[in-house]
Amino acid sequence: MDVVIFLIFAIIAVACAINVVVQTHPISSAISLVGVMGSLAVIYLLLGAEFIAAAQVIVYAGAIMVLFVFVIMLLNAGAEATKGRAPMAHLLGPPLLAAFLGILAFVVRRLFPREYTAHFGGFTHGTAKDVGRALFTTYLLPFEAASVLILIAIIGAVVLARKEMD
Amino acid sequence: MDSFIVISVVKAVVVFGALLTALAYLQWVERKVIAHIQVRPGPYRVGPHGLLQPVADIVKLITKEDLSPPFVNKTLYLAAPFLAMTLALMSICVIPFGPAIRVGGVQTWMQLTDLNIGVLFVLAVSSIGVYGIALAGWSSNNKYALLGSLRSSAQMISYELPLSLAIASPLLLSNTLSLRLLVDSQAGGAWRWNALRGPFPQIFAFVIFLIAAFAECNRVPFDLPEAENELVAGFHTEYSSMKFASFFMSEYANMITVSCMATLLFLGGWDAPWPARYGSSLVPTVLLAGAGLMALYHGIHPWRRRDRYSLPAAGAVFLLAAAVFLLPAVQSWLMPLFWFGAKVGSILFAFMWVRGTLPRLRYDQLMGFAWKYLFPAAMLNLLLTGFLVAWGS
Amino acid sequence: MPDSTFLDSTELVLNMGPQHPSTHGVLRVILKLDGEKVMGTSCVIGYLHRGVEKIAENRTWAQFNPYVDRMDYVAAVSNGLGYCLAVEKLLGVEAPPRAQAVRVILTELNRIASHLVWLGTHALDIGAITPVFYCFREREEALNIFEKYCGARLTTHAFRIGGLLYETYDGFEREVKAFCKMFPPKVDEYEELLTNNRIWAGRLKNVGVLTADECKEYGVTGPVLRAAGVKWDLRKAQPYSGYEKYDFEIPTRENGDTYDRYIVRMREMRQAVRIIEQAVEGMPEGPIMGKVPKVIKPPVGEAYVSIEAPKGELGYYVVSDGSVQPYRVRVRPPSFVNLQALDRMVRGGLVADVVAVIGTLDIVLGEVDR
Repeated sequence: MDVVIFLIFAIIAVACAINVVVQTHPISSAISLVGVMGSLAVIYLLLGAEFIAAAQVIVYAGAIMVLFVFVIMLLNAGAEATKGRAPMAHLLGPPLLAAFLGILAFVVRRLFPREYTAHFGGFTHGTAKDVGRALFTTYLLPFEAASVLILIAIIGAVVLARKEMD
Repeated sequence: MDSFIVISVVKAVVVFGALLTALAYLQWVERKVIAHIQVRPGPYRVGPHGLLQPVADIVKLITKEDLSPPFVNKTLYLAAPFLAMTLALMSICVIPFGPAIRVGGVQTWMQLTDLNIGVLFVLAVSSIGVYGIALAGWSSNNKYALLGSLRSSAQMISYELPLSLAIASPLLLSNTLSLRLLVDSQAGGAWRWNALRGPFPQIFAFVIFLIAAFAECNRVPFDLPEAENELVAGFHTEYSSMKFASFFMSEYANMITVSCMATLLFLGGWDAPWPARYGSSLVPTVLLAGAGLMALYHGIHPWRRRDRYSLPAAGAVFLLAAAVFLLPAVQSWLMPLFWFGAKVGSILFAFMWVRGTLPRLRYDQLMGFAWKYLFPAAMLNLLLTGFLVAWGS
Repeated sequence: MPDSTFLDSTELVLNMGPQHPSTHGVLRVILKLDGEKVMGTSCVIGYLHRGVEKIAENRTWAQFNPYVDRMDYVAAVSNGLGYCLAVEKLLGVEAPPRAQAVRVILTELNRIASHLVWLGTHALDIGAITPVFYCFREREEALNIFEKYCGARLTTHAFRIGGLLYETYDGFEREVKAFCKMFPPKVDEYEELLTNNRIWAGRLKNVGVLTADECKEYGVTGPVLRAAGVKWDLRKAQPYSGYEKYDFEIPTRENGDTYDRYIVRMREMRQAVRIIEQAVEGMPEGPIMGKVPKVIKPPVGEAYVSIEAPKGELGYYVVSDGSVQPYRVRVRPPSFVNLQALDRMVRGGLVADVVAVIGTLDIVLGEVDR
């Protein structure tokens, strides 16, 4: 059951991811990306990471991608022309991609021994409480560093927007 | 396993049947409430007091010609209403309506499923609900619709923050993300509800939640995405027939969802305002009997000839319902449903009342209000609550 | 309209109207938008052009009288009064005192009716859906008085050249007095809903500002001018129909924004009630028709009469060549002149402001297009 669901959503995720690149219209690409995020959330859920799954949907699909779509609509961006690709890209693209994916798969298999593979339902520390505890104890420093980084980014955005207005 | 599936299917059918009926009749109630605010009778022709109006509306919308303009982006244009509708109906899965009940020897919860991240689930679904509107406006290839969806995207993002922060404060008090446990933590009377309970009553969070919820549902005074007087019909300008109806129903479904959320988070869910031993279980009987007697009285002294039969009939129905509430066999599950319905209904009434009273904000004022007032207020409330909870433990 | 602005790439040209819920008829406004900000506008008018002024040249003087009602159909009585006064000036006759008093009562009732239509639709434009029903409830009372007086509710044709055709009906005075007693509390009711409403004030204050100088530049009159602080009302400045006998104030405000125009019109309704009360109290007895020949053939010449219509200065310029038909009738409609200021008022605002400003200008397209 779990494997079937995993396969379905993994295929959806990969198909959407390919669609992001293939589509010529930015809105279609953005919607495909939302599909990727949604499928990833389901896979997180399968792995027992409930909080991460919800956060994935709320933050990525619900906020960041909405902003993407908003900006695309605001700029009224049209479909981009498909022509103008170098013949070299057509020739070398697919083999290079295949090689890259092969190397990636090989490295992943090599780096993580067999007993490290994921088991559905085996992980039960994905609730909000567990994530919160981990964030504020084990990973306190990275967490604080990230929040400071975000604060700087916010201030930067405000400063840039101010300059534009004057 | 088998009984689990059967129970789930039965519950899903019951819940969605009730929800769709409620959606149809919510419109009737809204039209009646607004009409009476505006000194007019409202729907009156189809059935007694227009009670069959929703049926007529549904028939009309289904049989209308289903136009799709030649200039639209076909795929997204067709997908948008379904997306809006599906996401709007989805949240109801995790909403508990009452405590556990026993039906034919099977114990089950009055809830489709209880997630231990139920609150987050509702938030997640509502946060992607904006895609229905945004894509509808964009794919329509219509300038008014595009402006409407631009407005809605910006509005949803802005109001999601105060909404989430307002939700977070009662969660700190209740210390759970499961909606059912949330209600359990507030059991015992109105003074234990999150909106009123000490040491720091979440009444501010409740108000912030309601304001943000109005914006999330695109309701007056935040109904800019479909501001009729500016954008004609906003994002659904190019939609007709059932596709239009989908947007319409999703708006009402969202209203019901946020009202349920407000009830569960702040008003103690199905918990009676005071314990049954002090007579709270008599409230529905008294209210319904009062309504029934009033209908009977006006039926005996009718203002209009045609009320001579309809009003006594309505009075009899009310009195019968009042009697049903007295039966001990049904009280155990009917009382929680009554209190839940009463709380949700009051919030829905507030939605309608506000719509009949207030003008609409302007786009920049809407944004300014969210970021300058609502967001800091929600933040402050959350910080204070967190401080007090930490202090107390 | 500017051909291009600095943000060409994100500019959106939006056609507002002629079929749009809040252009108050068949006005078409072409908006140049940057996001929601209005960079420029241009109005397209004429969808309701019926050639009223040309029709006048093919009708007799009396026959043309009902046509003027069809220009500003919301304030038909004022239109009729202006035309009758112009022809009377040409003829050199004056309506008898009783006719004048009835004219004042009906015109002021019509001012209230017109302002009620404005208030209801303006509130609707801002998004308040309820006031329009309250406004129409009270307007109904005024229209009932018209209907009882002359049989028509909207395009009344209430006055004739030289005075009145009909004597007032039994109970006219009582009903008018009852209206005057009923109406001011209703105005309080509207004000309670709107005046101190934060959203209402926020939507209207500093929106569509038109200063006194700009008003004079554009020839804008009526409540729009008075909201900019100019105390100019033709009923006081050059009284007609016996307005000099009545004691009333000209409400003015300073800022010239949409909110001030709202306040001015609300006060004007109260002042109109004051005028009606005085007119109905001191209504003289006597004839209702002046000495006007059966066939109206004004002497060769021209006359211009302007009155204070609900929307501003309504002028009639009539030329006679001595025949039974006008040689030329030219109308100076307040809506048309006021509409010119639209671009100045909305530029730099938002789309929602355009709707608010069209509402606050209180235009009637029948009058703009004629």
